[in-house]
Amino acid sequence: MTSLIDRRMGIFLAGLFILTVAVPVGNLGLEDRLVPSYVVSLLGKYLCYALLAVALDLVWGYCGILSLGHGAFFALGGYAMGMHLMREIGDRGVYANPDLPDFMVFLNYDALPWYWLGFDMFWFACIMVLLAPGILAFVFGWFAFRSRVTGVYLSIITQAMTYALMLAFFRNEMGFGGNNGLTDFKDVLGFDLQSDATRAGLFVLSALALAAGLLIAKAITNSKLGKVLIAVRDAESRTRFIGYRVEHYKLFVFTVSAMMAGVAGALYTPQVGIINPGEFSPANSIEIVIWVALGGRGTLVGAALGAILVAAAQTLLTGWFPELWIFALGALFIFVTIFMPQGVLGVIEGTFRRRPPTRDLTAAREARP
Amino acid sequence: MTRQSLWLAALLMTCLGTLAAAQSPQTAPATDAEGPTAAAPGFEGLVRALPDGNFDEVEALVSAIAETGDERATGVLEALASGDLHRLKSNEAVVIVREIGGDDHAFDALSGESYGEIPRRGSSAIRVNNSLRRVVAAAVGTLTLRHPDPARRLEAAQAAFRAPDAAQTDALSAALDAETDPDVRTALAEAVAVATLTAGTAPVPTQLDAIATIAARGDGVALSVLTPLTGSDAPEIASAASEAVDRIERVRQMWSAAQNVWFGLSLGSVLLLAAIGLAITFGVMGVINMAHGELVMLGAYTTFFVQEIIRNAAPALFDWSLLIAAPLAFLVAGAMGVAIERGCVRFLYGRPLETLLATWGVSLILQQTVRSIFGPNNREVGNPSWMSGAFEIGQMTITYNRLWILVFALAVFAILLFVMKRTPVGLQMRAVTQNRAMAANMGIRTGWVDAMTFGLGAGIAGLAGVALSQIDNVSPNLGQSYIVDSFMVVVFGGAGNIWGTLAGAFSIGIANKFLEPWSGAVLAKILVLVFIILFIQKRPRGLFAVRGRAVDG
Amino acid sequence: MSIQLALDGVTRSFDGFKAINNLSLTVEKGELRAVIGPNGAGKTTMMDIITGKTRPDSGEVLWNQTVDLTRIDEAGSARLGIGRKFQKPTVFETQTVEDNIALALKDDRSVWATLFHRRSTEDTARITDLLELVKLTDHRTDMAGDLSHGQKQWLEIGMLLAQDPELLLVDEPAAGMTDAETMRTAELLRGIAGKHTVVVVEHDMDFVRALNCRVTVLHQGHVLAEGSLDHVSANDEVIEVYLGR
Repeated sequence: MTSLIDRRMGIFLAGLFILTVAVPVGNLGLEDRLVPSYVVSLLGKYLCYALLAVALDLVWGYCGILSLGHGAFFALGGYAMGMHLMREIGDRGVYANPDLPDFMVFLNYDALPWYWLGFDMFWFACIMVLLAPGILAFVFGWFAFRSRVTGVYLSIITQAMTYALMLAFFRNEMGFGGNNGLTDFKDVLGFDLQSDATRAGLFVLSALALAAGLLIAKAITNSKLGKVLIAVRDAESRTRFIGYRVEHYKLFVFTVSAMMAGVAGALYTPQVGIINPGEFSPANSIEIVIWVALGGRGTLVGAALGAILVAAAQTLLTGWFPELWIFALGALFIFVTIFMPQGVLGVIEGTFRRRPPTRDLTAAREARP
Repeated sequence: MTRQSLWLAALLMTCLGTLAAAQSPQTAPATDAEGPTAAAPGFEGLVRALPDGNFDEVEALVSAIAETGDERATGVLEALASGDLHRLKSNEAVVIVREIGGDDHAFDALSGESYGEIPRRGSSAIRVNNSLRRVVAAAVGTLTLRHPDPARRLEAAQAAFRAPDAAQTDALSAALDAETDPDVRTALAEAVAVATLTAGTAPVPTQLDAIATIAARGDGVALSVLTPLTGSDAPEIASAASEAVDRIERVRQMWSAAQNVWFGLSLGSVLLLAAIGLAITFGVMGVINMAHGELVMLGAYTTFFVQEIIRNAAPALFDWSLLIAAPLAFLVAGAMGVAIERGCVRFLYGRPLETLLATWGVSLILQQTVRSIFGPNNREVGNPSWMSGAFEIGQMTITYNRLWILVFALAVFAILLFVMKRTPVGLQMRAVTQNRAMAANMGIRTGWVDAMTFGLGAGIAGLAGVALSQIDNVSPNLGQSYIVDSFMVVVFGGAGNIWGTLAGAFSIGIANKFLEPWSGAVLAKILVLVFIILFIQKRPRGLFAVRGRAVDG
Repeated sequence: MSIQLALDGVTRSFDGFKAINNLSLTVEKGELRAVIGPNGAGKTTMMDIITGKTRPDSGEVLWNQTVDLTRIDEAGSARLGIGRKFQKPTVFETQTVEDNIALALKDDRSVWATLFHRRSTEDTARITDLLELVKLTDHRTDMAGDLSHGQKQWLEIGMLLAQDPELLLVDEPAAGMTDAETMRTAELLRGIAGKHTVVVVEHDMDFVRALNCRVTVLHQGHVLAEGSLDHVSANDEVIEVYLGR
């Protein structure tokens, strides 16, 4: 059995550790601000994306479930945290209503809807960050996996799921701020969200969450359960005939992955300062897939790397040539799927080891209908 | 197969029939030569008598004037009601006083001859009170009922219906007797009926007849007239009214259901158009083409482009613009489809999830290209004259553009079916789908067939774009708004079965429209999505799944 | 001897085509049984029904005379002790030969048990034995995908044995094997019969002869003849539909 921290994981975690120390120090510790504050939040956002990518890699890379709806779990986590941040605004909103967030005052709510109750408590919001995506994934997965919806069909209905949620969250009647979503947050646990120290703190938290996510995912994939997952990915019916209840395994990993995505969303919201229904859009969810594909499917570290690379490229390119970014992203999708099925990590490690890839396993496993 | 084809043909015929039937009665209003009777000899005398009577006498005179049906009567009576009918002190002539440039000018009420400017105290107004005004108004109404233009008469009859006045019953009945135009007759009969019912003094059988007349309208107005009568003291009337109300409610529910079905069919035809190309690429080839929506968008932009050229070069051809755009859109989108297949999809056969990602990349590039060329905003695509307007069947309204799109969708479907089942190309496509290796051994160029199949699906997407440009905003995001829906249609109908796509599109369309009044548009859409997600659990291969043993070995 | 498996009046049709038509069959505990029949005779569908992959339209399938197999799914049938080898060898190609066997080892199959599973020394020893038995000891750490077709067949048989099932359903095990390998397979199956019940579906008559067991001939979804190979070979109907061609 391979150890929890293999070479690839070791290098990545070391890099992450250096970043975690260097960025806050560069921002707060030095007189002349080596690292501007906005960069801290930006990098924090990348790390959230990386955690989201790891979550998707766990289900897609290891279990063959191509979810086109992982953005929904991310957004639900983000909303759960956003709801707490809204409650923490208290009476400092534009309407100065101590009980209702601004948008509810604006929409003539008399009282807080029942599903907002409890979100004034931080610990409750934290539980919901895990439970909301977890329960959705469990219920959705329970239906889908039990009736053996697989492959493309599963991808399409996960996409429909996030699309339906997007439409729902756009509605003002849902009580989640409609179009505008949740924003204008003031502070979290009493720390001012605009202050550099809070930003640095959130950045460090994101890094820790990413490291934890990677290690949990690694532990799962290293266990016998991980081998069952790969078995399901490669030969689902064989796995059934050996006696594994495939749907239970899929349900487990799908739910764990959704919770991980929820945590990523929860850390994302305070750093970006807004969460809106756009996060549910199917396009967002597909973009997560390309992060994973670019980094290297089924490598965990690669997925995280892919997310950071694409997000950084987006920031840089949209800054330099706004029109070009979409072209570049589109080309990336085509290039990676046709020429780099192993992803960046696969290519790098391939050149290091100078060992020809035994065979195109990705192709072999998907050839089956 | 033959039964299904027959059914499709029947559906097509019905649509075309409705279209034809709807267009003919447009020319209806024939000129009605029947004018009012020539001026009664007494008109002038009656007018001259006006200034001398007391209120009661004037009321009688007004009715008599109206009875004459003289064409000057309306002007005189309206002037009377507004207090502008005066008697000149100088020559005792009855005049109509009009203010011109701040001064009063007098015109003879009978000849229209001008007396020029008159001094302030040179005339005395004929006095009116409110009761008189009402009589005048009713009389004027009656007069219009005799107007030579049937459209004016119809208007008057409808006005009388809306403001029922028991006092007018006789005048209306008289007008009804003289009336020959069928539409006006109906309107008059209804006006009489409503006046009768409002008065409530007529004998019961007459009132029952009136209820029947009103009930025949069958609309909301009839309901509002009849509903109060259900509480009438006369038991026969009350029961007849409530029976009529129930009947109207039932009929109205039927019509509103029919209208919903129509809306559903209309939405279904749009979904069918958007999904049918997918049914080929996904259902037949097993390729997930996420750029399908963008091919639809290309079709819409082709339409826009063609219309721009026509607007600038040959505006007379505008009505033909869609017919010109359709083949072009098919070619543009089809060529793009072939390019996508050759350039990208063919490397990924047998790896549906990878195709999904690659074609998503293509879709992003196409969107951004169009955005760069045509700008991010909505582009206006005009409706040719034959696609604008609407007509009514009973209580439902059918717009021409929706009807044509339904016809178009079914026609595209029929042609596609023909191509797939009856042509050599279609045979080769099916052969390659079923057994690629065997087809290749038999000398079929599978690569070419793949490209053609993909091109066909893409071309149909282009055609969908032409149709959608007529009812939706043409913007670079056009495709995105249809992609999830079209996948739902294909998955719901059962991949690999074009008939399933047809059934899927129309059932989703109709379900959506039946939910909408109850839940609102967005929630209806969400509910349908949730329903399909649940449905897929029950039947993972869709409505018309291709079943067989060892599907996944 | 008690009855391991009993099918009674089982019918299953696909779009009007009766793949299995009023099929009745009993297999005794410890028996080695060969099922032969032309293509489309319903052999694979029969296995699908026994393992819960396909539900019959009508009829009864009883396990150990008590358990109704028509209400059970694939994993359930495996847990009862039914092991199945596919016609086309399916192994977990991206995992090592050792892991393939390890995954198949009889053990608790629940999610939590596998998540916290630690391989015991007995497990390792058993894997070693099985690899020895199927002649894959040298390939222990190789990827299963890199094995030859015949080796994959062996690996799959090894996985089947690792499950330690009461009943083995073996679908054309000899396909793609050399003559020597075929004979060795027959020998292996004969060897495990008695301790396990074995049902073999096969086309290869030499292989069936080598099994030297009771033979059931399937035709158009029902049993045409049953008995020793010589007995069924003498049956006119069998000759007509199958052997005679």
